[in-house]
Amino acid sequence: METGRDRPPFTAGTSSDVPSSARTPGRHCIRNDRLEGKDVSTNSLKEPTDRGRAGDKIFSGVSLAAGVLILAVLFSVAVFLLVQAAPTFTADPTEITGGEGFAAYIVPIIIGTVIAATIALVIATPIAIAVALFISHYAPRRLARAFGYVIDLLAAIPSVIYGAWGYIVLAPQLATVYAWLAENLGWIPIFTGPASQTGKTMLTVGIVLAVMVIPIITSLSREIFLQTPSLHEEAALAMGATRWEMVRMAVLPFARPGIISATMLGLGRALGETMAVALVLSPGALVASLVKTGNQTIAAEIALNFPEAFGLRLNELIAAGLVLFVITLIVNMIARFIITRHKEFSGAN
Amino acid sequence: MAANQTLQRRQSQLTRGRLPSYAVWVVLAASVVLGAALSALIGFSVVGWAVITAVVFVVTATIVTAVGEGERRAKDRLVTFLVYGAFLLALLPLVSVLWTVLERGIPGLSYNFLFTSMNGVTGAVDNASVENGTPVLGGAYHAVIGTLLITFWATLISVPIGLLTAVYLVEYGQGNRLARAITFFVDVMTGIPSIVAGLFAAALFALLFGPGTRTGFVAAVALSVLMIPVVVRSTEEMLKIVPNELREAAYALGVRKWRTITRVVIPTAISGIASGVTLSIARVIGETAPILVTAGFASSINWNVFSGWMGTLPTFIYYQILTPTSPTAPDPSTQRAWAAALLLILMVMLLNLGARLIASMFAPKTSR
Repeated sequence: METGRDRPPFTAGTSSDVPSSARTPGRHCIRNDRLEGKDVSTNSLKEPTDRGRAGDKIFSGVSLAAGVLILAVLFSVAVFLLVQAAPTFTADPTEITGGEGFAAYIVPIIIGTVIAATIALVIATPIAIAVALFISHYAPRRLARAFGYVIDLLAAIPSVIYGAWGYIVLAPQLATVYAWLAENLGWIPIFTGPASQTGKTMLTVGIVLAVMVIPIITSLSREIFLQTPSLHEEAALAMGATRWEMVRMAVLPFARPGIISATMLGLGRALGETMAVALVLSPGALVASLVKTGNQTIAAEIALNFPEAFGLRLNELIAAGLVLFVITLIVNMIARFIITRHKEFSGAN
Repeated sequence: MAANQTLQRRQSQLTRGRLPSYAVWVVLAASVVLGAALSALIGFSVVGWAVITAVVFVVTATIVTAVGEGERRAKDRLVTFLVYGAFLLALLPLVSVLWTVLERGIPGLSYNFLFTSMNGVTGAVDNASVENGTPVLGGAYHAVIGTLLITFWATLISVPIGLLTAVYLVEYGQGNRLARAITFFVDVMTGIPSIVAGLFAAALFALLFGPGTRTGFVAAVALSVLMIPVVVRSTEEMLKIVPNELREAAYALGVRKWRTITRVVIPTAISGIASGVTLSIARVIGETAPILVTAGFASSINWNVFSGWMGTLPTFIYYQILTPTSPTAPDPSTQRAWAAALLLILMVMLLNLGARLIASMFAPKTSR
């Protein structure tokens, strides 16, 4: 689209016949034949830059190709997963794990995935937003940067290490808490006993996932909180608002789309998180109780079984991956939709 | 005289209805004592003491403020406590993770661990080392090599693609339909679960080279699916904040667009881009799930990413914990796992630190 503008009609006939080396010496003086034309200034300015045109074309072409490649990759993720998953859908239901077809196999682990992610978000979102507020508006200015750095480092801890920590440190400690919960609050369906002796339950998974999600939501919300126009904040304070009222009236409304997108990203991470679940949970059939052994998530199911799988089992696990892909795709698209709908709140642009 | 009176009244107006500044500390001290007493009643533990103290303190301080300063200030104070509390609560697991990794990882981090592989280390070897009390044999050398090679290849694939895409989005696309589609799908790609990226690479190479193709390069492709969107997003943000005046100045001098981009725009943003790339490396270096399904698991050294299974640090940790080399004596395996975890965390921390350093070292000079 640059090229159209680069070549004015006037030059097309006259000066492009002249070799560029011959032209260069005269680039600063305005020649007579030029003065007679209409586009005097344009021509004399545009003329020497002709030399870089190929570079321009190549560069824009290559960067366009890179962008298109990304679309192609995402598209091919869907296609390849679909192709490799296809045998599962046509296979005899009795050959699928569980012997009752793919739906009976996948639904319990979808529910398990959603439960784990829900627990994680319920715990993580309020804490993460509060931590982000702490760093952006409450902590002493001089320390805020260091605190932010600490939280950033936490987002960087690999998931397998969180998993190992949940497996070896957290679960045994929570086992006693679960026993107490099952004993005293057992009438609530989610705390029905008998509680797991090892603590390797859905609730532990949810807590570990929450720990992993907190830094993500925090670092994104913090960025948004810091972008709040300080005029809004100062106006609120000048009207006599307390700090909390200022945050509620100026910071939170401004940051709402950012918080939503941060939470959705956290949800995506929690839905797809594999290693923490694979290490922490001792899987089993779908149960309502969060303190009993049982339940399974899609990602952990794949990770635990894929290395040894072959034949139809392999296709089955890829189909499960496809389901997970579709779920996260939907979550992300809803998130994008919410963000674009709330875009008018953002005063930044 | 009259002026003096007004002055006095104004001063008292400013402090009227405020509790003295020591009030909160008094409440805190009382809560600590009360917390100790209450937790002693139900069986003393530090955790119980801390929890009771925190609850008592927040409730009492809020009520005291409500009585002394009014409802609005009480609400403000309550939120302040909750925000500080949330931060402390968030630090708790993080300190615990780091402490665990340090405490359990340091004993295993020896020269032997760093420079030998798991080749030939069997359950019998581990049993012998437990029985005789000899040092644990076997290490993570093969895994370190695997991690570095796979991450290197992933970076090699992702950075050019990510960088050029960001350039297209900011400099060429400028909000046309294709650019909007790319932005949208890059956002969607950030949300791809890591294991799905792994399955994609596995499925791709299964179609191309037959099922069960597992090499380091497949893992690198899987990781670059995760890495590209991160690189695109961070680079895009950095290119966007390059002031438009710089571009316009370059155009006004007759500089070609691609020269403007490579000579003006990218150098201005290079610190941010470099630190974004480093952070994206830090993100994928610890990924486990995609490697599990693409590179398999090896216990011996493999320098070739294009053939053979490859061990990496994350999968090493995973397998050492979940399936100890010797089922009857899992301690050596656990020790190796934590040492590997410490090594992995050190790598990630160094990369993060590196990103910070790059960002500050190559930052455009703004002060004059």
